Formats: sequence, structure tokens, C-alpha cells
Amino acid sequence: MYPLKVENLSFAWGSKITIDDVTFSIETGTVTSILGPNGSGKTTLLKLMLGFLSPVSGRVMLGEHDLATLDLAMRAKKMAYVPQRHTAVFSYRVLDIVVLGRIPYSNVFCRITDNDYQIASECLTQLGIGHLAERSYTEISGGEQQLVLIARALVQQAEILIMDEPVSGLDYGNQLMLLKQLRRLAQNGITCVKTTHYPEHALWTSDRAIFVRAGKIIATGNSADIINSSTLKDLYNADIRILESEAGSQKMRTCVPVFD
Amino acid sequence: MTAKKYRLTLTLLVITLAVTAYISLHIGTISIPWFAVLVSFDAGELDISAETAETYKTVVSQIRLPRVLTALLCGAALAISGAAYQSMFMNPLVSPALLGVLAGAAFGASLGMLISNNILVAQLLAFGFGVVSVGTAVLLARFFPGNRLIMLIMGGVISSSLFTALLSVIKFIADTQNELPAIVYWLMGGFSAVSSSAAAMVLPFVAVGIVLIIAMSGYLNVLSMGDEEAASLGVNVKRSRMVLIIITTLISSLTVALGGMIGWVGLMIPHIARMICGADNRQLLPISALIGAIYLLIVDNICRTAFAGEIPIGIMTSLMGIPFFILVLSRTESRWN
Repeated sequence: MYPLKVENLSFAWGSKITIDDVTFSIETGTVTSILGPNGSGKTTLLKLMLGFLSPVSGRVMLGEHDLATLDLAMRAKKMAYVPQRHTAVFSYRVLDIVVLGRIPYSNVFCRITDNDYQIASECLTQLGIGHLAERSYTEISGGEQQLVLIARALVQQAEILIMDEPVSGLDYGNQLMLLKQLRRLAQNGITCVKTTHYPEHALWTSDRAIFVRAGKIIATGNSADIINSSTLKDLYNADIRILESEAGSQKMRTCVPVFD
Repeated sequence: MTAKKYRLTLTLLVITLAVTAYISLHIGTISIPWFAVLVSFDAGELDISAETAETYKTVVSQIRLPRVLTALLCGAALAISGAAYQSMFMNPLVSPALLGVLAGAAFGASLGMLISNNILVAQLLAFGFGVVSVGTAVLLARFFPGNRLIMLIMGGVISSSLFTALLSVIKFIADTQNELPAIVYWLMGGFSAVSSSAAAMVLPFVAVGIVLIIAMSGYLNVLSMGDEEAASLGVNVKRSRMVLIIITTLISSLTVALGGMIGWVGLMIPHIARMICGADNRQLLPISALIGAIYLLIVDNICRTAFAGEIPIGIMTSLMGIPFFILVLSRTESRWN
């Protein structure tokens, strides 16, 4: 079962083709990392998958439905977007931001009910940040802000979460905390797709990886299978070795650069 | 703000507005006994002659009531428009004045005064050019890359200057005996010339506009998250923003058609309201509207009673607004980061 399929997708800014005939499928309950150098088309691909951009050709399938013909609210019930944490202009209460995830279920006046607030509180608790509910979004830390945006996506009760570089700008501890949360979400059956600049993170959290270079997919498959010295050399043009070491009860792989 | 605290604040503001409005009906050149309205101008109760009671009644119902309603609805309209613009453009620095709406509407209305004696023409042109000027500001901001917040301000400055220049053309063409003084005095802002028939014609639109914006306040919360996030939450961004722009521009343009250019209210009041109730538009909009109504009503009372002659309200809102806004800025700065 593939909740999300990308079929022969192409996109161009003017005459410059930035996504070139891309095809892949995302499986239920997996974490997929989209890796690629700057300007490779990762973000464009993400925006196409979210329907923010319309493809020149090809299509995105959400289950049985073509994304292009799906009504916006229906789309939002199936797929949620976790943006890079933004510099908020207004200081909303955390709970009021999270409850916006109920908008796709609300009426024409965006009416939010007590039940919606209940769901929002539960999602905050589920992510271990229930204590932040009454705080102001602008006053909490970067890692907490990212979790709040994930909580909002969970409130949407969508089966797919699409995240744009969820760890960007977070300190190391918060990065690890976030990766752990992603693993938990996937274990609970939520399908996560994220772009990332860290092949290590793909090894630690994600089942699948997609390598994008110059708008084309150059490799796709299990992270552990496709992330190695030679593919990383291909992708980033850098010499990187993969080491494996014991960490607690598990074996973890790390990327080590070669500076010779 | 919790629901309970919000209801309490709302109640207090409604009471303050009612009391202010009641007082406003009784003060002025002809000072009227405090209980006159309460006892329905009963000559016996007030211990005055029937003739005087009749005069009081006429003053209150024909002159003061339309003026009080105009002042409070214009204050509410400007404040709620400012709050709505700030949220929909994700920019705490915009207001009807800064986006060029007031300048555009002023140009439209003066053009109307020049070509026709019908107030309806002035109002339609005020609204039309109000929309054109916001459109100009937003398009200019889109056209240039860079910081969205700053570019929108730049767009507003350009659009404002454009229509101010066009307004000068109108003033230049206008006949210096009658039309020019009329346009100049009206532009300084004031409700003294508002006839009860004009108020009766325009105010219902303003009131309905205010209600509609409050009904749509949930959309403003979503729109203030940014276009892509709003779309990912299932909202049709272009359509909802367009509807909101049309309503906000309509009501802020109508205030220009009624009372001239009244600056600062649309920028200052939403910030004060945000300090009281936070950013949630579902609470912010009603509270902004009420504070705006109370504020403009009080300022209008000062304008018509403080000195022998009447002071244009646009001058008063600027003189009172600027120091107050500096104070507000120094206290809210941290909330913007």
C-alpha cells in the first residue's frame, strides 16, 4: 500500500527544468529522507508533493486520488505539512497554533470547537510538550517550536507528514530529540517524508532514502543499503566513510569525513 | 486570553462604549442636562420649558446621534481594518494609512466631489481607489524580491505618494472659491459636516462590514501563518484573502468618504488590543473594534468641545497618536521577534 506516489513528475522554472521525470512511491509507516546538495531540487520536489507548485507533467497520487483534483480540505486531512520553524510575527498562544490543525475539519467560518481544543491538548501531551500549551509561541525554544508545528500536523490527523528540514537550526540535543520523535511517529503508523542535509540522520531514523541531484533521482531504497561512501561521493562530491559502532543496545552508523 | 477573561473584557468595553456614547450625546456647544435622554426629554422631569425640551431633542436626535454613531463606527472600522490587514499580510506595521488606502480613497472621494454633487459618487470612487491603492501596494511588494515585511511598507509608501500626488492635481484643478477649501477641510478629517442622511446611507455598510470581518476572523489566524501553511491547512488562500481585502478596504474607504483622512487609529489600536488580549484574531478583532470606537468617540468629543472652534479630527488623532504609539512601540518591540 502506497499512501503517496510520485509519477513521472517534471517541473520547470521558465525554461530551466528543475525536476526531471521523477518517480517514486512512499510506503505506509516509514520515514523517508530526501537527500541532495543545495539547489538539487529537494525543496521544489517537496512543494510539488504538497501541491504548492503545479507540475509541468506527471502527477502526485494521494492514495487513490490525484492531488491536482483533490479539494484543499480533503488534501489537508490526508497530508500535513511541517514547515521549517518560522519567525512568528505575532505571539500566538501555543495551543491556538496547534488547534489550527483542525481547520480542515471546521465549517465555513473556521469555527473551532472545545473538542478541537481537546484534540490539540492531547497531541501536545503525546509529543511530551503538554506544559507548553499556554505559553507564547515566540517565547519557547527552537526545538519546542518545531515540536509545536509537528503537533499541529498531528492534530490534522493526516496519515502523511511532509517536513522541510525539520532539524535545521536546532542544537544537537534538540536534533536528536526530534529524530527520536520521528521514529515514534512512524512506529505509530504515520508516514513521514522529510528533506535533510544529514545522511547520518537518514541512517538513524529513516527506513528509506531518496537521493536527488540536479532534479533527477540517482538512488532510492533502504537507507542502510544505499547510503555508502560511493553514493555519498556521487551525491555531495565529498569523501565520506561510514563507520559502525555500538551505542547502547543498538549498532549505529556514522558518517566521517576524510580530509586528506 | 481565556474565554472567561475575554468575556469580561468584552463586557467592560461595551459598557465603557455605552457610557461614553451617552455622555457624548449630552456635551457640546449646547450643554444638555445629564438625564435628558434617560427621561426621553420629558419637560416636567427635567424642569424646563416644553420648547427647550423640544430643542434638546432635536439637537440630540438630528445632530449628535448621527455624529456619535459615525465617530464610533468609523473608529471601529479603522481599528478592525488595521488589525485585519496586519494579520492577513503577516505584518504588524501596516494599517489602512500605510497601505495607501486612505490616500487612494481620499483621491477618489475628492475626484467625486469635483465631478458630482452626489455623495454616492464620492463614496463609490473612494472605495474604488481604495482598492486600487491596496492593489498597487501589494503588487509592488510582490514585484520586488526581498524582505516581505519591508517591501509591503515600501509598496504602501509608493502607492500612498502616488495618490497624494494625484490628490494635489485635483486640488490644483479645483475652483479656489468653493471646491478647494471644501476638499482641504474635509481631508483634515472631521465629522461636523456629516449629515444624518449621509450617515444613514453609509453606516449600515460599515456595520455589516465589521460584522463580516469578525465572522471571518478564524481565517485571519490561518492566513497569518503564511500562504503555504494556510494552503496546507486546507484554506483557499487567494480567495479568502481577496474577500477580506475587499471588505476591509470597503469599510476603511467609507470612513474616508464620511470623515476624511483619519490616521493612526488603524495602526495604534490593534497594537493596544494585542497587548490586552494577545494575537488570536477571534478575540483581537472584536476588542480592536470596541477600543477603536471608544477612542475615536472620545477624540471627536475633544475636537468639538475643547476649544471655541472645532479642530479637525485627523490632526487630533495624529497629535495624540504619535506619542502614544512611541510608548506602545517601546513596550511591544520584543513581541515582534
